[in-house]
Order: sequence, then structure tokens, then C-alpha cells
Amino acid sequence: MARYFTDEHEWIDIEGDTATVGITDYAQEQLGDIVFVELPEVGSMIDKGKDAAVVESVKAASDVYAPLTGEVTEANPALEEDPALVNTSPEEDGWFFKMTIGDKAELEGLMDSKAYKAFVDEL
Amino acid sequence: MAIAIPKFIGMTKVDNMRYLPLTDNDRSEMLETIGASSVDDLFVDVPEAARLNGPIQSLPMHASEMAVEKHMRTLSKKNLAAADAAFFLGAGAYRHHVPASVDHIIQRGEFLTAYTPYQPEIAQGTLQMLFEFQSQVARLYGCAVANASMYDGSTACWEAVAMAGRVTRRKRAVISGALHPHYTEVVKTMAKFTGDTIADAMPSIDAQPDNAGLIARIDEDTSCVVVQYPDILGRLPNLEEIAEAAHAKGALLIAVNTEPVALGAIKSPGELGADIVVGEGQSIGVGLQFGGPYLGLFAVRDKKHVRQMPGRLCGETVDADGKRGFVLTLSTREQHIRREKATSNICTNSGLCALAFSVHMTLLGEKGMRQLAAENHRLACIAADKLAAVPGVAILNNSFFNEFTVLLDGDARAITRELSMEGILAGVSLGRLYPQVDEFSRGLLVAVTETTTEEDIEALCSALKGKLS
Repeated sequence: MARYFTDEHEWIDIEGDTATVGITDYAQEQLGDIVFVELPEVGSMIDKGKDAAVVESVKAASDVYAPLTGEVTEANPALEEDPALVNTSPEEDGWFFKMTIGDKAELEGLMDSKAYKAFVDEL
Repeated sequence: MAIAIPKFIGMTKVDNMRYLPLTDNDRSEMLETIGASSVDDLFVDVPEAARLNGPIQSLPMHASEMAVEKHMRTLSKKNLAAADAAFFLGAGAYRHHVPASVDHIIQRGEFLTAYTPYQPEIAQGTLQMLFEFQSQVARLYGCAVANASMYDGSTACWEAVAMAGRVTRRKRAVISGALHPHYTEVVKTMAKFTGDTIADAMPSIDAQPDNAGLIARIDEDTSCVVVQYPDILGRLPNLEEIAEAAHAKGALLIAVNTEPVALGAIKSPGELGADIVVGEGQSIGVGLQFGGPYLGLFAVRDKKHVRQMPGRLCGETVDADGKRGFVLTLSTREQHIRREKATSNICTNSGLCALAFSVHMTLLGEKGMRQLAAENHRLACIAADKLAAVPGVAILNNSFFNEFTVLLDGDARAITRELSMEGILAGVSLGRLYPQVDEFSRGLLVAVTETTTEEDIEALCSALKGKLS
């Protein structure tokens, strides 16, 4: 399993033809206490760079962009009951959605964990 | 010495009277500062063909305040005011008695000056009022959550259609033919800019609304079904049946109510399965007011839809010391935070009208509300019975609350116009609501409220007898 990152502070786990998407620890820290997550509908098509989800904290509501193009196959049901999972376990239990990978070439522009760490250190 | 009141129309110029405070000197100084040589220079961007060349024709010269007042008083005497006539107009705006105490309370400075709370939590009184208003609307509509109000019933109706689109992620709204045609127009106007498909229809002129026809139009792409209750012709559609059919196709049911007093007598739309309930609140506390400002009501039956709601929401909380307090809540839905991704462009509410509604509703209480509804229905039944006995008049409805449709042996629009000359406002003709449909021309909507007297009903019946015989 390979983990990638975007400069919009999302992480993407690739397992076969499926990608699991969430927001990074850095992102949840910036957002503060998360009170609501609006997830994309299972079966919907999402385009790289377009809105896929909304995460709402006590400070702000922010869009989460689709890191890749593909079809949403699963949305994390746990976030409906307990959106604070994104704060307590952003890079594991607090995943947002799973999707198919429409175009593997899109993975090329993404960062690995080392590059993402360097990116965050610069901010 | 008598005071000479100058004539208004056609009078000569009064040199020392002016409505605009600027002198010629003021104007030339301003023009000099901005480097323009004349006021006309400021309009050069307007195509010459569209520009007014010279003064407005037939506009009278300015006149003294007393002369204008006299002129306006003369004009106002040409009006036939609601309270001066036997009054049967309805179709979405109803004449009800508003107790004098409502006006007194809403004009208290504490309420009147705190219009829209920009620093909301500092205005706890305003927030408490909004919270109580929301609680009343939610109970009246049989819903879990109501917002702090919209502009009016028609815009609330559009907001419900837009919300159903967000919830279902579909873009086709099925509109009942018996929705007020003005509401349908507002929905269609808004949909022009959002790409939603609005499947509307004409009402069926029958004793009962055409539920089967409406249900047949719901498909898998339908976001919502919009049904008025009671409908534009005063009939009561079977909402449960429509809700079931809508839900079976994954669509929401939007119930629209234009006469909230009815809900003191009939089951609430929420109880009958409507997902979003919207309507006009004008009947309670607001008054006719020459057509506005009015009060849009908006509520959702299920709390799970709260984040897709438009408008402000006031919530109850506790402060750091555990004391009860109020806040504006879930504001991340709103335009001042979410900008173009907000659930609505509305970023305010009809604060003063909502206050009037809430004060009137509080004065009525549940018992008063039920009594008011019963009195409206009682008088409407008397009117329907008496009208049915007039030769040339047939009652269309087999169910109604305080408004029903009659069919006249003649052109209802022309007849109502003639009756207005006799001081009788007989109702809203279907010819006025649907001017393009000849077969509706015999229809007349007759509304009866607690302000209607039995003498008014007699006057209407005997005047109609005169016209139809």
C-alpha cells in the first residue's frame, strides 16, 4: 500500500484500484474541533481538483477537493455519528471516502510522505 | 387671515420650495472636483437613444407640503379599503384581525431598533424572540426545526425546491397544478438561473385535487413534489398519499401553506409526511399591508436535513455559568461565511414581521388558535351555504377551510369588477390568476375570515343575485 499527499492537505492510500482519501493531521490541527463532515454520495463521479466533501469546524467550513478522478465507492459512515474522529484519528479511522482510480497518471503529481513533511515545514 | 393652499397640478413654480437640498453652487463645486462640466456628462456611457432629452413630460412642478398632502388625500379617497368593503379576497393574503397589542409590543424600542443582529449574542432579547418564533412555526407545521423566517411564502417555496435539489442531488421539481400560480412563477424565475427543471401544470377544476395525475408525474429524477395545502382552490389534497408516492421514488414532499390559521383546524403537513413545509405567515400578526412586507415560514420535518436549510437559525444553549442563553447557530450554511457555496443567498430574515407573528401567536395560544380557526371555518360554511342557494352560483369544493371556489354563470372577473363599484370585494377571480385560460373564467375564489360578518355575506349574495339573474 502506498500513501500519497496533496498540497491541499489530503492523504490518499492506494490499494489496487481503490484509493482511500482523508485529510492530514496538519489539516485537522489547522481546522480545530470538527463538528460536521459532508461526504460525497456513493456512486457519484468526482473530478480531480473539484469539490468532493465539506469539513466544518468550529472555526470554518472548508471544501475537500477530489485528489483524483473516479467514482466514489464508499463513504465513512462513522463520521456521521462522530465527526471528531477526524481530530482524534485523522489519518486512519477518520478517513473520508474510498474511490476508484480513473487515471493512474494522476498519481504522478502527488507527494510522498517525505515530500509532504518538507512541504508542511515550509508553511 | 385664511391660509392660501396652492393648487398642486399645473401650479406655477414656487422658488423657495424644493425637495432636493443641493444648490446650484453645491452642484458646480462637486462637478469641478470630479472634473465634469455638467451633470449630463455623468451619463455619457448611457446610449444617446436611451437618454431622456429634457425634463420629464407631464410631471407637475414641486409644491408645498400642505398642497401635496391635500393632493394625496384626494387620491387616497379613490381607494376602496379592505375595512370599508364587504371583503372576500384571499388567494394567499388574508384579512384577519390583528389585536392592537401586537402593534404596541412590536414598536417597543428594544425590539424595533435591534433589526438584524450583526453581533447577535449581544441582543439576547431578539434571539429569544426568534427562538420562540421558530418553536411556534415548528409546532404549527409539525416539524422538527424551523428557521428564523424568509421574505415571503413564494420565496420560501423556491428555497424549499432548491434545498430538495441539494438533499436529493436531483434537479427536477414536480409542481402541483393547484399551487398558487404566483408561487409557481417565482420558482420558475429562480430556476432559470440554476438549471433546475420545473414541471408545472394547470389545476384541475374539480371538487377534489387531481392526486393521481400529480403522482403519475413523479419519476426517478424528481427532487421534490410541491403541493399547496389547502390548495389554490381551497381544497385539501391527501398529503399522505403524495408523500408515500414521492418517497417511493426518492423525492421529497414540499407542502406549501398560504393560510396558517387553517393549521388550527387541520392536521399539520409534517404529521402527514411532508419533508419540507413552507408558507406565508402574513395571516397572523402582520396584516394585509398593501401586499407586503410579508413573512416566509420554513421548516423541515426531520432534523437530519437541518444543514441543508436556508436562512438563519437561532439555537438555545448555556453560557459559561450554566445559564440559559441563545445564539445564531449552524451559520456555516450561510452566505456571510460560505459565500457562493452557502445554502441560500438569504442572509437575513423578516425580523419585524416574525416578531408580529410571534406576538400574535403568543396572545392567541393553542386554545385561541383553535378557536380562531373554528370561527373562520364556521363563517366560511355559512357563506358557502348561502352562496349555493343563489341561482347561477355553484360551489366547486367538497372540502375547504376558510376559502373555496365558486363557479358563476358568467365571467367572474367582469362581475367582481362591477361588484367592487358597489363596495363589495367579492373575491379573486380565476380569470385574474389565470388570464390565459378561458375555461377558468367562471371561477371565483371566496375567502371568509373572522372579520367577515353575516351582513357582508348577505350583501355578497344579494349583489350576485342581481348580477346573475
